[in-house]
Amino acid sequence: MYQTNYHRAASIQEAVQMMGAATEGKYLSGGMTLIPTMRLRLAAPSDLVDLRRIAELKGIAVDGRSVRIGAATTHEEVATSSALRAICPSICGLAGHIGDPAVRHMGTIGGSIANNDPAADYPAAMLALDAVIVTDRREIKAAAFFTGLFETALEEGEIITAVRFDAPAKAAYQKFPNPASRYAMAGVFVARRDNGDVRVGVTGAGSSGVFRHPGLEAALSANWSPDAVANVTVDASDLLTDLHASAAYRANLVRVMTKRAVAAA
Amino acid sequence: MAKITMTVNGRQVSGVCEDRTLLVHFIRENLGLTGTHVGCDTSQCGACVVHMDGQSVKSCSILAAQAAGSSVITIEGLAQNGELHPVQAAFKAHHGLQCGFCTPGMVMTAVDMIQRHGSALDEATVRAELEGNICRCTGYHNIVKAILAAAHEMGGARQAAE
Amino acid sequence: MGVDGIGARVARKEDRRFLTGKGRYTDDMSVPGMKYAVFVRSPHAHATIAGIDATAARAMPGVIDVLDGRQLLADGIGNLICGWMIHSKDGSPMKMGAWRPLADKTVRYVGDAVAIVVADSVAEARDAAEAVVVDYDPLPAVTDPVQALADGQPQLHPEASNNLVFDWELGDGAAVDRALAAAAHVTELKIFNNRLSPNPMEPRATLGIYDAGDEHYTCYTTSQNPHLARLVMSAFYNVAPENKLRVIAPDVGGGFGSKIYIYPEEIVCLWASKRTGVPVKWTSDRTEAFLTDAHGRDHVSTVKMAFDAGNRITALKVDTIANLGAYMSLFSSCVPTYLYATLLSGQYDIPAIHANVRTVYTNTVPVDAYRGAGRPEATYLLERTMETAARELGLSPAELRRTNFIRSFPHQTPVIMNYDAGDYEASLNAAMAAADWNGFAARKAEAEGRGMKRGIGMSCYIEACGLAPSAAVGSLGAGVGLWESAEVKVNMVGTIEVMTGSHSHGQGHETTFAQLVADRLGLPIDSINIVHGDTDKVQMGMGTYGSRSGAVGMSAVAKALDKVEAKAKKIAAHLMEADESDIVIEDGVLKVAGTDKSVPWFQMALAAYTAHNLPPGLEPGLKESAFYDPANFTFPAGCYICEVEVDPETGRTKVVQFVAADDFGNIINPMIVEGQVHGGIAQGIGQALLEGVRYDDSGQLLTASYLDYAMPRADDLPSFVVSTSNTPCPNNPLGVKGCGEAGAIGSPPALINAITDAIGNNQLTMPATAEKVWAAAQAAN
Repeated sequence: MYQTNYHRAASIQEAVQMMGAATEGKYLSGGMTLIPTMRLRLAAPSDLVDLRRIAELKGIAVDGRSVRIGAATTHEEVATSSALRAICPSICGLAGHIGDPAVRHMGTIGGSIANNDPAADYPAAMLALDAVIVTDRREIKAAAFFTGLFETALEEGEIITAVRFDAPAKAAYQKFPNPASRYAMAGVFVARRDNGDVRVGVTGAGSSGVFRHPGLEAALSANWSPDAVANVTVDASDLLTDLHASAAYRANLVRVMTKRAVAAA
Repeated sequence: MAKITMTVNGRQVSGVCEDRTLLVHFIRENLGLTGTHVGCDTSQCGACVVHMDGQSVKSCSILAAQAAGSSVITIEGLAQNGELHPVQAAFKAHHGLQCGFCTPGMVMTAVDMIQRHGSALDEATVRAELEGNICRCTGYHNIVKAILAAAHEMGGARQAAE
Repeated sequence: MGVDGIGARVARKEDRRFLTGKGRYTDDMSVPGMKYAVFVRSPHAHATIAGIDATAARAMPGVIDVLDGRQLLADGIGNLICGWMIHSKDGSPMKMGAWRPLADKTVRYVGDAVAIVVADSVAEARDAAEAVVVDYDPLPAVTDPVQALADGQPQLHPEASNNLVFDWELGDGAAVDRALAAAAHVTELKIFNNRLSPNPMEPRATLGIYDAGDEHYTCYTTSQNPHLARLVMSAFYNVAPENKLRVIAPDVGGGFGSKIYIYPEEIVCLWASKRTGVPVKWTSDRTEAFLTDAHGRDHVSTVKMAFDAGNRITALKVDTIANLGAYMSLFSSCVPTYLYATLLSGQYDIPAIHANVRTVYTNTVPVDAYRGAGRPEATYLLERTMETAARELGLSPAELRRTNFIRSFPHQTPVIMNYDAGDYEASLNAAMAAADWNGFAARKAEAEGRGMKRGIGMSCYIEACGLAPSAAVGSLGAGVGLWESAEVKVNMVGTIEVMTGSHSHGQGHETTFAQLVADRLGLPIDSINIVHGDTDKVQMGMGTYGSRSGAVGMSAVAKALDKVEAKAKKIAAHLMEADESDIVIEDGVLKVAGTDKSVPWFQMALAAYTAHNLPPGLEPGLKESAFYDPANFTFPAGCYICEVEVDPETGRTKVVQFVAADDFGNIINPMIVEGQVHGGIAQGIGQALLEGVRYDDSGQLLTASYLDYAMPRADDLPSFVVSTSNTPCPNNPLGVKGCGEAGAIGSPPALINAITDAIGNNQLTMPATAEKVWAAAQAAN
């Protein structure tokens, strides 16, 4: 790891000030991606501003079917929230399968979304749930938030404070893990609204990051059943080929994971 | 360089280190507690697992500075008065270790797992929860057996106390 | 048998320190003034070095010095060597290219060490290592062994044209060709044995300490064989005279072969300690481990197996190309030859076998022994071929194997080995019963109802271990003898220390070796200490590999115990005025048989040292040593049966049952033996399903971390069903055969046989990733 300067913020305001004073700073939430990346000397922020102890970034609020999850809420807290489980168990299930228990104790929803790793789980859910990403400056629709591999709409120094969404009528997440890293090789979050509107968020498979799949959405809007997926073509040309899987295989996995998510929802 | 203070195994400790120092290196080098190990660079292997404020964490992916003010338990803090913790005793009874290198992380993970699941643990859950701990010697067979036995015993002990 | 004796499930003596964080591994060592090393490594798979400029690096904070290969050469440090001479079939010796501990002119794989930086902290050393400017002229690289043999490819070493290290054969080629021509059926197969990274969880580390006062060197290192390390570093690498070099391998966190070899880092840290005047510690990170620890396997083979009309094998012809990587590692030459081709008879009576093996240099990290070493490659080839033949011949896999089993012993194979004992049908029957083979059809039908494809596969393996009779291996080219040594010291109050040349890095010797002593003398196991891993404490040793510690290491202890007992009896007989031939040792007491006269063990021991009343002419003290050289290899064997379910939609394979029935000879501690089998099977399943080292065409390592190299996790594996049915080994005093490698040897073919059975397509290579299985299943439809 290269030299860096650590700062611990007690409030959002203090965090913004600390970041403003840094030459090339980075916010540090759970650090479960950032610290290993820095260990490998693949990132070299001059300063780290630790958000983990800011009280206003924490907590899960459920009001009817509307949900607000503070950005510094850990995966473990999301996975085990009984209030959340009562109306949106799919997000608990997703959180409970991110990384391993020790990672879930540190990693946060805000950190995951801000990093936008192309194989991270939360971004697929944010798209499918039509979530709003709340920052210290504004609110951003998920569809506009995730802009590319590790790229988001966040501006310099902007902090995610929470995510908001309405619990759908039905939803589920299924992923096929990479056998080595256990990140999603293809992960699909399906969500259906009472009005029949369906969104399908896909992670791990896209060559330019998380995406929605219109063909699957159309098929499932017309017929919400696992069988509806069978005849949908998933175009492999937009998908990733790497050491672990070809685009053609990922296309198959996207279809199969969608089918299984619908069955599980 | 910064001075960092935290509670480790019930004792308040301080040390001076660079901001880039990982918690595992602070524990090993500043405190001389070498039971916590480093087995990979990418936070997969779990040889470095300790408890921070009551939860299992990977000390190779946390800066010492992040842990300042926290309470940390390492493998050295588990046995009390020379008596092995039930999880440690179960690992011994069931031959849940061979070379011993992954063992501290395995044991700390197992203690945390049992804290969260109690005696309701089953084999599939134990195997799933061990995703972040790699052992190359045992094929996990006896580790799983040991954790299940310890969960059973600790659950039974808890029931008896109630 | 006492409670702690041979055959008892004794909980391990060593566990307490590991469980409480008190294990002492090399990276845990700290000595006054110690500094930290980081190596500058080649980012190129093949390049010449035009120059190295460390000026900027030397000026960085905390840096003590930066040293490179020219300085190492100037100080007379020698080349790394391969210690086993193999001759090609034309009689020419293997072509050993120069391997410098720090490359001075040419780098030949990504990770080849170029310079060492010594600094106050690891972080500062790493900062400075990035500032060392190495001027490389990149050369074209080759990583595929088949391609490397072709004309016009990049050449790694001037000695080895077309990168051929040797072209070796074993067996009667003409007899095999005649049998193939006359065969009723010939099964042909192309076999790939995937390249693996051993991955002990403790990364390699070393601490070199030079004491200028005594001109003495101490090397703490992660070694399976510290005496061998000392021998090689003094005799060949010119680091220090043997009597001025102490090698200590303290607690070692697994080895699996990868810690047999002496690597550049041990040599360079010792040398750097002298050059800089400070103790120098280096600890590998995981990426460095992937880049620089010796890999295993990496064979490409074609096989032809001939059968007569009665389905009896008449001949086997094998042609293998083995990738040795960029340099010849310490035992690299014997792995694809005498540890491989000599096992090609398997459990079968095969009249004629011929194997041709070509070994090849490529721009990859050196390849050497990894758990099983040659025997997994032989077993995989043979058992995939047997399964394929059974399918082609329309026979059940068990029936074809039974038809061809060797049934009388000793049995001389056509490939050197002389099997001493075994009962292959017993293992097969035990495995089939444990696996409920007959119930498989019903389980398959049930799985089909759930949309899953279920398959079953078996593997009947044999291995040769207990390495090894020294004269025999000497005649085959080994540069060392493969005996083991032990010393049994009875202390003045009767407690016992056993100094053994075997090294325990997970095998539990501190318990099993003590069980032997407890069994022989009837002493409590806590009064017995096993000392190993330090050349200053243990007289001599050849270390731990090749499942040799029980058969060879413990046999040496048994031999030393014979001498201790003989002398103890003399002393006791004298004390009791009895005849020494009437003395028996039971429960820690020396008794005169048939009388009530006895002397407790501790009293005899005290008498040996007070020496007030010893038999005339008898030396005081009670400490005996022995060297044991085995009379033959040992031949563990067994049958493994694997059952899988394949998800046809994703190709994901779940191992739903794994049964192992082994013949290990006599068992010292069943609990530890089972643990060895579990671990071996997990590594075998890892090879078959998950693991595979991948380089790209330019020689960059693609699988350089656990993000890309798939290690078996708990949820990849089932609980295993293991049992043994044992025929004692007639060739060592304990009747033991060895159990450390069997699991890794026997399991991969069982798994691939099961998957190919499930999907109905025999074309599948390891690792059988979900995508490969999915594609193969699609192709079968």
